[in-house]
Amino acid sequence: MRGLLMALVGATALIAVGVTGAQAEGKRAEVLHWWTSGGEAAAVRELANAFNAAGGQWVDTAIAGSGSTARPIGINRIIGGNPPTAMQFNTGTQMNDLAQQGLLRPLDDLAKEQDWKSALTPAFYNAIQYQGHIYGAPINDHGQNWIFYSKAVFQKAGVTEEPKTWDEMFAALDKIKAAGLIPVAVGGQPWQLQSMFNSILLGEGGKELYSKVWKDLDTDAVKSDKFKHVAEVFAKLRNYQDPGSPNRDWNVATGMLIDGKAGIQFMGDWAKGEFIHANMVADKDFGCILGPGESNFMMGGDIFVFPVLKDKTATDAQTLLATVIMSKEGQLAFNSKKGSVPVRLDVDTSKLDACAQKGLTALKDPSRQILAPDVLTAQDIVQTEQDLVAQYWTTPSMTADQFADQFAQVIEQAK
Amino acid sequence: MSTPETAAGTIAGTGAGTTATRKKRHLSAYVALFPAFIIVLLAYVVTVIWNIWISFTDSKVLPVNIFVGTKQYERLFTTARWILSLQNVVLFGILFIAGCLILGFLLAVALDQKVRFENTFRTIFLYPFAMSFIVTGLVWQWIMNPTLGLQKVADSIGFTWIRFDWIVQSNLALYVIVLAGIWQSSGLVMAIMLAGLRGVDRELWKATRIDGIPAWRVYLHIVIPILRPTIITASVLLAIAVVRVYELVLATTGGGPGISTEVPGKFIMDYLFGRGNIGLATGASTVMFITVVILVTPWLYYEYFREKPRGN
Repeated sequence: MRGLLMALVGATALIAVGVTGAQAEGKRAEVLHWWTSGGEAAAVRELANAFNAAGGQWVDTAIAGSGSTARPIGINRIIGGNPPTAMQFNTGTQMNDLAQQGLLRPLDDLAKEQDWKSALTPAFYNAIQYQGHIYGAPINDHGQNWIFYSKAVFQKAGVTEEPKTWDEMFAALDKIKAAGLIPVAVGGQPWQLQSMFNSILLGEGGKELYSKVWKDLDTDAVKSDKFKHVAEVFAKLRNYQDPGSPNRDWNVATGMLIDGKAGIQFMGDWAKGEFIHANMVADKDFGCILGPGESNFMMGGDIFVFPVLKDKTATDAQTLLATVIMSKEGQLAFNSKKGSVPVRLDVDTSKLDACAQKGLTALKDPSRQILAPDVLTAQDIVQTEQDLVAQYWTTPSMTADQFADQFAQVIEQAK
Repeated sequence: MSTPETAAGTIAGTGAGTTATRKKRHLSAYVALFPAFIIVLLAYVVTVIWNIWISFTDSKVLPVNIFVGTKQYERLFTTARWILSLQNVVLFGILFIAGCLILGFLLAVALDQKVRFENTFRTIFLYPFAMSFIVTGLVWQWIMNPTLGLQKVADSIGFTWIRFDWIVQSNLALYVIVLAGIWQSSGLVMAIMLAGLRGVDRELWKATRIDGIPAWRVYLHIVIPILRPTIITASVLLAIAVVRVYELVLATTGGGPGISTEVPGKFIMDYLFGRGNIGLATGASTVMFITVVILVTPWLYYEYFREKPRGN
């Protein structure tokens, strides 16, 4: 999804998802999003069908590439006075600037009427707000701190138990290395490296340290010994990658697990789509770990925002769309195709796969929930730290102390 | 750049001392050019000024008019990635332009020796230029990828001491981009130089042969000075490619390993779109713009506006 080539090749392909039925008189809603891969498009189609069945008329504006391609296009249209009826964003701070300028429609009444508050986890309920008003209808919840492993590789290397601590994990990685296989399938692009770092920060550093760093932007926490310990664990993983890792796409790295060449991969649950596509079954052919260390669930996801429109019928279409998005049926249909889990807690999720069940168990305990850095902090800070993490990874001479100092410096500058 | 006022002034000025017909003819030419003036004004001058203004504001995802002084520039020049980008583009620029000029010139000289199948060679040498930087970048990414390309070939035939894994070493990856760039662009330089060489008077060669001057000295002291305008044209084209280098880096290394091959163009694009910081991105592009102006102005002055002491 984040493939750079995709972003370049597919500038603004408009892909029409089949509008079923002939209800031309329905409430017409143009929906702008960037879900264009096979699984994603299938998930969107579920949502479009649900909307059409509820009396709407879904007009699909899919922009190939990633959010960083599609988002500016949508924002330009909103500023230019030709907004789509609804637009996709990632859960979190991305919508704040638009909300601040009064360009988005507040959904407070609708949320109150349908009681979104009790349907969502408190963290997500907060994440769709800006200055006390609700601006987003959340559709899914992506776990971002998974470690996936190949059961075949673990077996070949003689690793019998799922590692529960980093000591056990390093012992397992050593065995894989000794067996002549690649221990960690690293995708050496900055965003993947940072995702790996955050995963260790949350597992090994713990939820408290993680929140201090990403939520409070606390520079003392960044300079603490525990943070430096996390940095050292991260740096130690350099010894377990293969020479082909720089600039490798995430799905190529997942492919290395599927082919039985590499042991583990740090990735969000969208990687499950690749395993499923290769006819692998969760917990049978591949395993999934939240951790090692504290087993928390790092939540991120997608929301829809609704630009302010003057037209009454278009506003009605927005209301209908938000209602469909927040319906239990809409959430289940969409998420079973997308690989994510529903944001509503009251959806029957018994049919989702074994890894999703693990995630859902974690999600039932509010103390194990935590939001992804993209949700907690401005893109600007997150991505500048991303450069630093990438630089640290590729500069073995940089010490954990130097890394922590520079990390704190970035926070100071961008605040 | 002209503003409508100065354009109108020019019309009146040129009309002053000429005959009525010429006046009319000039007027119609200026009327015809007027839309172009407006487009230039709006598309270049106004956007440049707007861009500079935005760089002094606190714009994030949306452009806003909150003046913050030089905050963006202060942040820019304390950002490690920006400093590294500037260093990279300077090093890339020097090596790339020098490499293309030297290789292009040598290729042109070789083709100018009345070789057989010259057309075929010319096509082969020029061919890489027909490919986009994206394709070039991808090709070189595969060639230099240690698990796919040259390194694997070397390993498989037992030459494990050969290191072709530059692309994964943060201090060498930039040279892969330089190599890819030279491979792509030296064919163009060759074509331009060859045209220049063909323009050198054949009589001159006869004369130097009679005088017994060795060929390398003729090239160095006579042909190269004659080719000066050609070399300048090629250098300008290459320099433009250096300033806007973006896709090549994106396709070859993605700016990695880490951030070791980042360039200003990529910095601007990333902050403008992916990272939602228009203020910082416009600050960076303003720095690029001013740098180019500072470098180009003296050269333009030297080439076009200086009184040229031409005796012969």
